[in-house]
Amino acid sequence: MSITIRYFASLREQIGRGEDRLDAAGIATVDAAWQHLHGTPLPARVLAAVNQEYVGAEHVLTDGDEVAFFPPVTGG
Amino acid sequence: MAAPATTLVRLETAIFDPWSTLRDFEQTHDMGDGRSGAAAVFVGTMRDFNAGDGVRRLFLEHYPGMTERELERIADEAVERWPVNACLIVHRVGLIVPGEPIVLTAAWSAHRNAGFDACRHLIEALKHRAPFWKREDLANGEQRWVSENTPA
Repeated sequence: MSITIRYFASLREQIGRGEDRLDAAGIATVDAAWQHLHGTPLPARVLAAVNQEYVGAEHVLTDGDEVAFFPPVTGG
Repeated sequence: MAAPATTLVRLETAIFDPWSTLRDFEQTHDMGDGRSGAAAVFVGTMRDFNAGDGVRRLFLEHYPGMTERELERIADEAVERWPVNACLIVHRVGLIVPGEPIVLTAAWSAHRNAGFDACRHLIEALKHRAPFWKREDLANGEQRWVSENTPA
């Protein structure tokens, strides 16, 4: 199981890096990936996308997925 | 059966002129061939103030790939929900200074209501869903990420 994790904007600055790689078996969901990397449940203010589509915390991951975590969007 | 609508979404890395962009789009795309009696347009421009502070510069970050896809989904929604002949979304990324346009949304339709409704959907859905993030360089030298959009 290999998953790329990307962070954007203020979240990237808080975490201190733009990317993580997860090569862990048994990580089933978006929330589990966040917990594995950061030790807490996915915060309510953090949005998640898998393969460039919005998903919820319980979305099930597949090998090769690109997961992105980011703060509320402020375009326009 | 109406002809399929024309949609175009584009990210701009340098300053753009919304009015010449509109004219070029109208001249180079199928606008409904005489069926568009209405064009509704929104242009968003960078202010030199926000939340009570002076702002010198804006840096617009985005998520390459997802941003374009989300804008395309938003344009497709407008076409599905309202009888529009064409939709356009243009959005700046990178460094922006006050007075420069940030975003252009436009919708062409037979009658004004569908055009207004579709154009409002384009800008409101973009502000709520498209992965862009603004970082401000304030006049006092501080830097901050904008935490949320103004409600209207």
